Amino acid sequence: MSVFSRTVAELAAGLKAKEFSSVELAKLYLDRIEASQPALNAFISVTRDAALAAAAAADRALAAGRAGPLTGVPIAHKDIFCTSGVRTTCGSRMLDNFVSPYDATVVTKLAVAGTVMLGKTNMDEFAMGSSNETSYFGPVKNPWNPQMVPGGSSGGSAAAVAARLAPAATATDTGGSIRQPAALCGVTGLKPTYGRVSRYGMIAFASSLDQGGVIAASAEDAALILNVMAGFDPSDSTSVDRPVPSYEQSLNAPLKGLRIGLLKEFFEKGLEEQTEKRIREALAVYEKLGAQLKEVSLPSLPLSVPTYYVVAPAECSSNLARFDGVRFGHRAENPKDLMDLYCRSRGEGFGAEVKRRIMTGTYVLSAGYYDAYYLQAQKVRQLINRDFERAFEEVDVLMGPTTPTPAFELGAKTSDPITMYLNDIYTIGANLAGLPGLSIPCGFVGGLPVGLQIVGPHFGEEKILNAAHLYQKETDWHRRMPEKFA
Amino acid sequence: MSESAKSDWETVIGLEIHAQLATKSKIFSGSATAYGAPPNAQANLVDLGYPGVLPVLNGEAVRMAVKFGLAIEATICPQSVFARKNYFYPDLPKGYQISQYELPIVAKGKLEIVLDDGAEKIVGITRAHLEEDAGKSLHEGLPGASGIDLNRAGTPLIEIVSEPDLRSAKEAVAYMKKVHTLVRYLEICDGNMQEGSFRCDANVSVRKKGAEKLGTRAEIKNLNSFRFVEKAINHEVERQIDILESGGKVKQETRLYDPDKGETRSMRSKEEANDYRYFPDPDLLPVKLDDTFIEGVRKSLPELPDQKAARFTKDYGLSVYDAGVLTSSRELAEYYEQVVREVSSDPKLAANWVMGELAAALNKDGLEIGASRISSSALAALVKRIRDNTISGKIAKEVFEAMWSSGRGADAIIEEKGLRQITDTSAIEKAIDEVMAKNPGQLAEYRGGKDKLFGFFVGQVMKATGGKANPAQLNELLKKKLAR
Amino acid sequence: MPLTREQIASIAHLARLELKETEIPVYQQSLSSILDFVGELNRAATAGVEPMAHPLSGLAQRLRPDAVTERDAHEQYQANAPKVEAGLYLVPKVIE
Repeated sequence: MSVFSRTVAELAAGLKAKEFSSVELAKLYLDRIEASQPALNAFISVTRDAALAAAAAADRALAAGRAGPLTGVPIAHKDIFCTSGVRTTCGSRMLDNFVSPYDATVVTKLAVAGTVMLGKTNMDEFAMGSSNETSYFGPVKNPWNPQMVPGGSSGGSAAAVAARLAPAATATDTGGSIRQPAALCGVTGLKPTYGRVSRYGMIAFASSLDQGGVIAASAEDAALILNVMAGFDPSDSTSVDRPVPSYEQSLNAPLKGLRIGLLKEFFEKGLEEQTEKRIREALAVYEKLGAQLKEVSLPSLPLSVPTYYVVAPAECSSNLARFDGVRFGHRAENPKDLMDLYCRSRGEGFGAEVKRRIMTGTYVLSAGYYDAYYLQAQKVRQLINRDFERAFEEVDVLMGPTTPTPAFELGAKTSDPITMYLNDIYTIGANLAGLPGLSIPCGFVGGLPVGLQIVGPHFGEEKILNAAHLYQKETDWHRRMPEKFA
Repeated sequence: MSESAKSDWETVIGLEIHAQLATKSKIFSGSATAYGAPPNAQANLVDLGYPGVLPVLNGEAVRMAVKFGLAIEATICPQSVFARKNYFYPDLPKGYQISQYELPIVAKGKLEIVLDDGAEKIVGITRAHLEEDAGKSLHEGLPGASGIDLNRAGTPLIEIVSEPDLRSAKEAVAYMKKVHTLVRYLEICDGNMQEGSFRCDANVSVRKKGAEKLGTRAEIKNLNSFRFVEKAINHEVERQIDILESGGKVKQETRLYDPDKGETRSMRSKEEANDYRYFPDPDLLPVKLDDTFIEGVRKSLPELPDQKAARFTKDYGLSVYDAGVLTSSRELAEYYEQVVREVSSDPKLAANWVMGELAAALNKDGLEIGASRISSSALAALVKRIRDNTISGKIAKEVFEAMWSSGRGADAIIEEKGLRQITDTSAIEKAIDEVMAKNPGQLAEYRGGKDKLFGFFVGQVMKATGGKANPAQLNELLKKKLAR
Repeated sequence: MPLTREQIASIAHLARLELKETEIPVYQQSLSSILDFVGELNRAATAGVEPMAHPLSGLAQRLRPDAVTERDAHEQYQANAPKVEAGLYLVPKVIE
């Protein structure tokens, strides 16, 4: 089996069995990345020297018998995670030459676990987007069809894993930015419960929605990586102090009797016909495994997209105020006064979508509009949350399509923001309620992957990973690789 | 403006006091709060608002805020929320200040103040909340530029908002002083106004006496001395009355006091007003305080200034005024009580010495009571020597001065300088006789009816005895001897 | 209700974003359509519903001990700063 078709678990086993060294692996992946850049543009920075040094250290640990489950395994980090001494751009001109003086907690944890960072993956600017077309560093292409988008904002991480440029990559999800690109790229993407993974060092977009997670080739891989990423961080006040269970241990728990809720609202108009077929086929597999399907309704859920597009811009308009050209980041040349410094640095540093969201957020928080927009959105958020709580009284997990259609063409949706926003229609609810969700590949439409979304109750990662893993034992969609990269 | 015209108008003042809490580390980061560090040496990634950083709340700041709330008999809110106040300014690195808006930690309370004429007034306090301080901008020595130092950014502040209950500059100062004393008593703020630990904004408006509606107010920012507060308010009141009396309208705006010119000037119009777009900070969870926590803080409260002053008037027989002076700082009150412990027979005498000679000496040398060159027991020893007639009150002043400059004890100085009082009747009589003999003219005049000359003879005998004659005895004996 | 040029200019000013003349109508259009879209929220029946600021607002803010844990690293941090002098971050002169 070629190295590139191995999962993280399989690579870790191979390293332990001395089939190859971490340095060898790193070299293979680094070369592969380099070769792929013109076609895919999945990476913004490649950290060759650091990767080889880390790999050498991992090899020493492996030789000395000091290895953990992930020692020596290569990984990529979404360029939203601060990495010490390494350029961290967040996909933006604003941070084009920003070298972070510190590591995000998640980066530290994965480094301590012995993973080898290959580089920083491309992303929509400041995590705002669903197609990776807003990046200052150029769009990412979908490895299944380079004329198609990979999804966003974690398009680089999803494309990298799909093309096996890295066996796994960290990513972040605010409205679907892990699950949606995972679906469009035919890989497994996990967004944990809000508060499960530390946000310290993860450049903030919408603080009450952002969550760090992982994109990998399988639920098992996601479990292994989540084990390291998850956990209480005293530097993050929104980090929950709750023990981290061993996610791999529950992967094989028997599925019989699992109550799967199908959201009525997700199967209504807007869901592309063939995509729906793939989803129904996947659900049939679950029934075969002994699960029970049940229709549930979350009546407030259709308002989740407008709710999100009030809350997220509001929070981001404030989070991005720190980018002012004074202490770091892009600064306009020869500002004539303070106002000019601010307005031009920010005008030049931010792209159109970011500016759009900052202005939307500024508006909905402003005097006279706060009650009608922001406060109202927070109330609707409560309604959505309650709907989910009620649903989870009747079912164990919710399943449905991750996206309404497979990947679309580059440039197809960039002219109208609303059309782009509606891509997140199935994923946003979980962010508003803070619930864990994942997407796993469940088939193809026109050669493009389709993702099945599984959403669980708060801290229900074990449940959803277990359900995903059992499906992946029955099927091999997650093993498929794009022809060019097989 | 004529006095009668002035008295048509009523002044309405509300004060917003910002007190820096005396925690070791900042409110949301582990940076030090110590004053005077080199620029940006105490600004870490959180204080600098770097991408990806997050705030974590300092528990001591919360305790201190609760202490304050309890001391002003306010409701402590069991749940309070941090909110972001959004605006752009170079000393505000994140582009927002973390403050509290709709749900502050301390709700309504009150403070009793005593005015100059002895009248008492209760001033309402609307609320007090926690927030972070901004950095500092330096404008000197940098051509065409301003330099930003973020050491102060993130220092915890408690913002104390009074009701618009104050009716004159003097009342405002009395209130500000009371709050100043209180925060120092509670050891939650060092009250150092030069260093900016205690600052005040004054909201000032005027209205016709008897009017129900409040006039348009102007806000005078960043007053950092009691004197400036008084002057700025007085000036502002006059300015507003002048405008209104000439038919104009007072503009709602922010003003700065210029101490050199003695006037306030407009800073920026409040209507261009920053729309602060307050919303709950999603990086912080609601602060939840249960009864155990609050009672724990209550137990740690020291005796408050009012309680202490009341105790002083009762136990030591001091006047309300004297008790007020002695309890104006906790250290001073403690010093005084230590003196009284050793001179229990005469707390009033002890009070006079602490408020008189000691206060003057401290003032002259610019020292706080903690740095007094004479300890409380040393002062008590001096006072004892007055009580037991070893020296007179007048001589004691000389001894005090020597103690202050040499650091030596009263007894040693009295011995060394031979300052013991002369209480030996025959010695005094001898001195009187000598003086009488030397001054026959005045003696005749006195005996002839010029009573005023008694003082002359007292003075002469004192001079002859080097000031050491016991005054009471001297008076008695002199009266007898001078009698016709 | 579409936003006017003045409204766009005012929002951009509040957010300290310089917009070119040609950009203003573009943002006018997109912002107006976004606000229309989110205006749907007003149809929701939210009387008596508590706003949800946060998935974790049922929890309480953690209090950390009052301890100094940071050392002076300003040189390292100022390596990223566009303009620094004598340890100070420089901006065009501000007049108060």
